[in-house]
Amino acid sequence: MADSAVVPNQEAPAPHLLRETVVRPTSGWRSLNLGELLLYRDLLMFLVWRDLKVRYQQTILGSAWAIIQPLATMVVFTVVFGKLAKLPSDGVPYPLFSFTALVIWTYFSQAVTGAVNSLIGNTQLIEKVYFPRLILPIAAVVRGLADLAISFAFLIAMLAFYGVWPSWKVVFVIPFTLLAIIATVGVGAGFAAINVRFRDVRQMMPLLVQLWMFATPVAYPASMAPEKWRLLLGLNPMTGVVEGYRWAMLNTGPFPFDLVALSTASALVMLIIGLFVFRRIESSFADII
Amino acid sequence: MKNERPWAIKVDDLTKRYRLGGAGSTNLRQTISQGVKRLPELLRGEQRPRPEDFWALKGVSFDIKRGEIVGVVGKNGAGKSTLLKILSQITEPTSGEVRFRGHVGSLLEVGTGFHPELSGRDNVFLNGAILGMSRQQIARKFDEIVAFAEVADFIDTPVKRYSSGMYTRLAFAVAAHLETDILLIDEVLAVGDIGFQQKCLARMGEMAHDGRTVLFVSHNITAVQSLCPRAILLQGGKVAADGRTHDVLNAYLRAGAEGPSGVRLWSPEDAPTGGSTKIHAIQAISFDADRRHHVDIHTPFQIAFDYEWTGGSQPLRFDIRVLNRSGVVVFFISSSKSTWAQTPGRHRISCMIPADLLNADEYRLHVTLLQGGEEVLDLPDAMTFEILDSDRDRDGWYGEWEGVLRPRFEWRAEAAPAVIA
Repeated sequence: MADSAVVPNQEAPAPHLLRETVVRPTSGWRSLNLGELLLYRDLLMFLVWRDLKVRYQQTILGSAWAIIQPLATMVVFTVVFGKLAKLPSDGVPYPLFSFTALVIWTYFSQAVTGAVNSLIGNTQLIEKVYFPRLILPIAAVVRGLADLAISFAFLIAMLAFYGVWPSWKVVFVIPFTLLAIIATVGVGAGFAAINVRFRDVRQMMPLLVQLWMFATPVAYPASMAPEKWRLLLGLNPMTGVVEGYRWAMLNTGPFPFDLVALSTASALVMLIIGLFVFRRIESSFADII
Repeated sequence: MKNERPWAIKVDDLTKRYRLGGAGSTNLRQTISQGVKRLPELLRGEQRPRPEDFWALKGVSFDIKRGEIVGVVGKNGAGKSTLLKILSQITEPTSGEVRFRGHVGSLLEVGTGFHPELSGRDNVFLNGAILGMSRQQIARKFDEIVAFAEVADFIDTPVKRYSSGMYTRLAFAVAAHLETDILLIDEVLAVGDIGFQQKCLARMGEMAHDGRTVLFVSHNITAVQSLCPRAILLQGGKVAADGRTHDVLNAYLRAGAEGPSGVRLWSPEDAPTGGSTKIHAIQAISFDADRRHHVDIHTPFQIAFDYEWTGGSQPLRFDIRVLNRSGVVVFFISSSKSTWAQTPGRHRISCMIPADLLNADEYRLHVTLLQGGEEVLDLPDAMTFEILDSDRDRDGWYGEWEGVLRPRFEWRAEAAPAVIA
């Protein structure tokens, strides 16, 4: 019947040229296999683009939401912490002081939350198609950069409004943003994987993010912390990021070298732990999701 | 000749265990309390046997050579889907290994990742990326994909406005243009109208011509039969038969309760022949797309004959009698003249049986073939099929329903006439 259909075409590549793949059970810790991630970079970009496009099609205010959230928080902070509690703000107008921090903090909190929900939000993909699962939390982290860019542009406008002109140091927001990305991927991927197993994580995230914000010098300056607590504050990767942002944008005091060094180290540790936890649980995603 | 070709897929002693019940809990508290309860055993180093373990695959091994199209059949729960999930690396085996030579693409469900809000164009790119194509590959194949799906006019419309036919055509079209050396396919042919299904089958045949290897997992026995020269039968997580499709399918059907009733297949050598007609298959096919061979009293179904017509001018007629278990001829019906395809070749003729006609029972089909009004073939026991009961409309009563027929007639209530003359 269809016997003729099995004669191979002469143009087919010789078998020894074909890549050989082996599938076998893995146990324990696995390598990160970042090379494979690179092969799937197109998928990463398409997932980011899909989420952005769908969001802009389904919302009326679209990109305005990127500004509304940090702006509203800034207003609340300015009233509560700036006017009522009269917290110091390193000699900068309090709205500017808090908004600068809120721009990058909002990125972190939303990207982490998005990453944690990225796996359980794409159950169908995980059950039906193979691709490096790490793509999903990473896509959430990359997607957040669009909002970050918009709120950053708004920050520039605010600076102009207050007559504060950033110096050449503004280029340093790039390494500080990278530092934030490293922390976000680590925390987001680790919790996303645990969330597949224990949905408790999803319930815990809003609380965690809120507590984390108050452990980060967003509403107050790091200079307010007593000297003996300062280094503890630096163990939070977002401390270095937020203080770094203020230093780069607002010329607040000397470069907070100790905080940035500590935060960078702890962000890298979080990244490594997060990625390995993810890879460890990854093999069972399709079975337990 | 066949044996000289190099292998493309090598499956070696594959097993897969699923943990049922407690071990799969997604609640932190349960896991902790279970861990605490088991602590004494763990400390003593005891491995408690787990009664809740379920082995979906128990030592599956086979080799598939490059350019082969192989069908995997088996009833639900035989391990087909698990096998496919392991081959497509969605889940890991518990033990054993699989080797592939070449790039692997898998189609476990068409349209995975399609987003209703996005246009057809956007979804082609997105879905292509999900299936592992690069942007350039998709761009290069884009026009071909759209032409294959026959949706060119709607390519910039959000797919939520597509008809389900358009949607599945587009989804299959993307998948059909995957350029991988090995293709794993699950049930995708259960989509679209007959014309499109044939196009898909032809496309899969073409793929194999290009030296690609296709593994096709399906309930659709007809598709496996016409597409795959070789088939593998899974039963209870093991390979029960592996060889020529026709032999394997017959083993599948002979397995009694293991296989679906309502199917009878013949090999080309022993197909019943009468006049210019050779019957290859008779099937009862449900219109319930999910369960093609499951017919209950509320599902319409068709009795389909796949036959080969070698030519001639005398018109062909199918006479069928349907008998119930008691031997009563429930009905007798003849095919109409208009259904006789006069061109030589393979054809299918079907008789549509409406829902709510026959009662739940086992039925036997008595088929008589007439050519030019003369009987050329008589098959008193051509096929048996079963119509299952349904718990719908029974008001909680589960006894056997009396009657040869099981119709649903209308009841009316109205005021009685005042005077009965």
